[in-house]
Amino acid sequence: MSAMPFRLPRIGTSQVAALLAILAMNWLVSPQFFEIRLQDGRLFGSLIDVLNRGAPVALLSLGMVLVVAMRGIDLSVGAVMAIAGAIAASLADSHSLPVVLAAALGAGLLCGLWNGILVAVFGIQPIVATLILMVAGRGIAQLITEGRIVTFTSPSLAWFGGGSVLGLPPPVVLTLAMLVLTLVIVRGTALGLLIEATGANAKASALAGVGTRLITIATYVWCGLCAALAGVVAAADILGADANNAGLWLELDAILAVVIGGTSLLGGRFSLVLAVVGALIIQAMNTGILLSGFPPETNLIVKAMVVLAVLLAQSPRLSGLATFLRGKSR
Amino acid sequence: MKLKGILIASAIAGAMSANAQARDLTVGFSQIGSESGWRAAETTVSKSEAKRRNVTLKIADAQQKQENQIKAIRSFIAQGVDAVFLAPVVSTGWDSVLKEAKEAKIPVVLLDRDIDPAGKDLYLTAVTSDSVHEGKVAGDWLVKTVGSKPCNVVELQGTVGASVATNRKKGFENGIAGQANIKLVRSQTGDFTRAKGKEVMESFIKAEGGGKSICAVYAHNDDMMVGAIQAMKEAGLKPGKDILTVSIDAVPDIFKAMAAGEANATVELTPNMAGPALDALVAYKAKGTVPPKWIQTESKLYTASDNPKAIYDSKKGLGY
Amino acid sequence: MDQPQASPLLTATGFCKSFAGFVALDHVDFTLHAGEIHALLGENGAGKSTLIKTMTGVVQRDAGSLTLNGEEIAPHSAKEAAKAGIATVYQEVNLAPNLSVAQNLFLGRQPTRLGFVREGEMRRRARALVAEFGLDVDVSLPLERYSVAVQHIVAIARAVDLSARVLILDEPTASLDAHEVEVLFAVMRQLRARGIGIVFVTHFLDQVYAVCDRITVLRNGRLAGTAAVADMPRMDLVTMMLGHELSEATHVRPPHREGGETLAIFSGFGKAGYVEPFDLTLQKGRVVGLAGLLGSGRTETARLVFGAERADHGSATVAGREAKLASPGEALRLGFGYCPEERKTEGIVAELSVRENIVLALQARRGVLKPLSRREQDAIARRFIELLDIRPPDPERPIGLLSGGNQQKALLARWLATEPRLLILDEPTRGIDVGAHAEIIQLIRKLCAEGMALLIVSSELEEIVTYADEVIVLRDRAHVARLTGDALSVSGILGAIAADASQAA
Repeated sequence: MSAMPFRLPRIGTSQVAALLAILAMNWLVSPQFFEIRLQDGRLFGSLIDVLNRGAPVALLSLGMVLVVAMRGIDLSVGAVMAIAGAIAASLADSHSLPVVLAAALGAGLLCGLWNGILVAVFGIQPIVATLILMVAGRGIAQLITEGRIVTFTSPSLAWFGGGSVLGLPPPVVLTLAMLVLTLVIVRGTALGLLIEATGANAKASALAGVGTRLITIATYVWCGLCAALAGVVAAADILGADANNAGLWLELDAILAVVIGGTSLLGGRFSLVLAVVGALIIQAMNTGILLSGFPPETNLIVKAMVVLAVLLAQSPRLSGLATFLRGKSR
Repeated sequence: MKLKGILIASAIAGAMSANAQARDLTVGFSQIGSESGWRAAETTVSKSEAKRRNVTLKIADAQQKQENQIKAIRSFIAQGVDAVFLAPVVSTGWDSVLKEAKEAKIPVVLLDRDIDPAGKDLYLTAVTSDSVHEGKVAGDWLVKTVGSKPCNVVELQGTVGASVATNRKKGFENGIAGQANIKLVRSQTGDFTRAKGKEVMESFIKAEGGGKSICAVYAHNDDMMVGAIQAMKEAGLKPGKDILTVSIDAVPDIFKAMAAGEANATVELTPNMAGPALDALVAYKAKGTVPPKWIQTESKLYTASDNPKAIYDSKKGLGY
Repeated sequence: MDQPQASPLLTATGFCKSFAGFVALDHVDFTLHAGEIHALLGENGAGKSTLIKTMTGVVQRDAGSLTLNGEEIAPHSAKEAAKAGIATVYQEVNLAPNLSVAQNLFLGRQPTRLGFVREGEMRRRARALVAEFGLDVDVSLPLERYSVAVQHIVAIARAVDLSARVLILDEPTASLDAHEVEVLFAVMRQLRARGIGIVFVTHFLDQVYAVCDRITVLRNGRLAGTAAVADMPRMDLVTMMLGHELSEATHVRPPHREGGETLAIFSGFGKAGYVEPFDLTLQKGRVVGLAGLLGSGRTETARLVFGAERADHGSATVAGREAKLASPGEALRLGFGYCPEERKTEGIVAELSVRENIVLALQARRGVLKPLSRREQDAIARRFIELLDIRPPDPERPIGLLSGGNQQKALLARWLATEPRLLILDEPTRGIDVGAHAEIIQLIRKLCAEGMALLIVSSELEEIVTYADEVIVLRDRAHVARLTGDALSVSGILGAIAADASQAA
């Protein structure tokens, strides 16, 4: 009997608790935090900002969580965002929306395929394989935009940033839709089981007849697609493509969201919903910092402390310690 | 005024010597890379300024890497160029390569950024803008515009720790110093980007009672202001009217907003660093005139009264 | 055999431990004398590991007292236990494989001068220490360069040098060959002579009788009995461990079966540098055994047949059709199943539940788009948990928490769920307890009787002759003999393994 530290079935209590705690903290630093009103047919308030601003990272995390569950990692999502945004903004004023979206999402798909093939077929370590596109991808985006911020006026693409669906910003609805779609694809089929099995033990899964190579490629493709969608949202938000800055460092936020969501970087069990909750935790914290009025020099420190606290709260060792201390004090 | 005098004088000198001397000048320009629209515009303008003076300009794109710049300078030295223009990506680590240039008797002119330590004899001159001054011009405009009315200002800072951000903040604070009616109520970093500028402005609006208590926004660059303008519009505010805007850089898109009445003022960071540098170089080569160690570019203020539509049209082709 | 001295060295009294309602230890007493080798036996899940962990402070006991040399001790970690003089060496050696032998021996207590490690001094002392244990190794080489046996002895040397009075060896022999086991036993006897008390956990009964002085048997978390080896005949011991007599059937040779319908024919099948080309015919209702020394090509043959490794010679015909066998996925669709030898690294997906592990191959065959519903999964898992008596009978328990025997049963269930035509088993009974052992052999007979073709790799020769209809003997990565009928015997197999290559042809 080996007593390996298996995680308990995750119901996400600690993540939801962390999110609520941060929201409460935001309310303390900014009393109007929960106020919501209707502005030009669109809900308006800090809470909506959290959802809206959290959408890109949440979209990224939906793809990233699958890649991480397969014991991989995708560092290129930020660059893929920039590419997709650049393509969308460049085509927006000359082509119809379906063409624009198809081109941007198609580019994301290709990027994912590239990563997947490097990892699954050529056996390059994921962190190295995706680093290639992380570096080159931003260059490709800059080539597309010629180093400028390419702006557009197309109202149909702009709708993805500034429109509204039942009062909600489209990125929020889009993220929700992608969450549901990913859930259906992953949990509605056997993909989820096969991903978790492969991530936890690739050798054993391959010997059980699981087509691990194809599944690996599929997860990277999905990750690329999600990143492209996030890129379109980001471009629509500022009515332009900023190849230098779009999605910059967001791969790290996405990975962090996945980890906060309880998925181990060693692969195996994963949760899509909790990855999105992780993204919201990160954004709630960012919005809180902006609302707080602290000097910007403290941003990163505050962020690091909160992340540390959230991760520590999930640590099985720490909860063991808490139980132990409670036992002692009794 | 004095600056304009220098510009005119050197323009004449340049024109006079154009046939005799400048025809044969070859200048190697180690450009940082395409880090921003402004950088692209600087490259475009440098090309046209060189062409205007019949100078052959060889541009090496360093892709934001110092080792590439050093390589480029060495290659320029090997080619025996008449001068090297350098837009240094970082401020330190240039001593040895600049010494090599000096030994080869090739003058080096720094563009846009200075280097450390003040190894002043290693280069001919530095053509840069004074970012403290830029901030002050913005502050002065705000003081003049609001008069004695009380005004709460929110500030969108550049990247934390970037010297440009520190200086533009300092200059603005100098500009509004002593004005009891003008108060800087919130200041947060927008990382010089549109997306962050928009996000930060959104939170400012919420934190300041839906934006009602905000009188003006000061942004360390126009890109953040363009994002902030979107945030104001989405919050049902009228930027340029409900809330005054002043920012720095004078990129084309801010003139578009200005023409639409959604922005009030911008301070130009001119992309024309090469012009004054070439003038100084030509004078040095022709007559041995040693230029001052620092040539400060003009920080011109533009407002809605400067025909923003026309400026937009003239600027948008520069590659911003 | 030395008579154990009467002075108790380590005494555990009334040890209790339960995990989330599951009672792992129920008032267990255990006494170890100085200068004795004491076998701690029991089926997997009997409580051996828990007893060791509670005695060494890795797991905190719920009740009970522990005395060392008459003094009450309560270690809270393996480190504290080691300080008190109780050292443990686990099956998976817990040393740093990339550090040198000397560094491993002195890790955390390197001889230093002015804060610098004195490498020369450390190596000198390391050489002296390993020499004491009869090892002739270069102490400056990384530990991983040496065999598992050497690694074990290094771990023991380190523990003993840390002034251990009690040495606990948890299944140290599981991955050793016969010669290495002898080397280890020599070390153990030497330590016994020095007055060190050794707790020896093993599954091999032969080893118990070869080296131990006394035996303590646990069953279902309780003390089943303790006695001197001399007073405990094998049959009594097995009965005490299992709680019931082994069914006689295990030892009976099956009636000779004529081959049924041919399922697969491999001709000239092989891979350069892996296994020489071989011919092999598999028939329904027939067991073919693969025997040979470790590294002789047994496992390699099994992997080629399953497509885990792709052949570059010859052809395979399955049910009358040519088959490429390019991947496990293809083999799976042909109705093959394969339980690999490396159960933990290549078999189970430790983190996933028993249910998920059982349905994995079936799901892989159905494809991504035809998921088994949760209800179907539950039904399959329950059926096999019952059929194979997998314990604990909880389909949602992570399989990594099960004992080796139960993990093996779950892996068999994974393949049985696919209703295979051919089942390839690589060392199906290795490292599992006696009870599960017998059950698995009975299952093999049953599957065969039901018409399944089986290809079984085993190094347990006495066992393989009882169920195989044909045994192929391998040597140096080549199939060298095929034994059937009367030639199929342990001595026949040994003869074929030992035969001179030039005569065998």
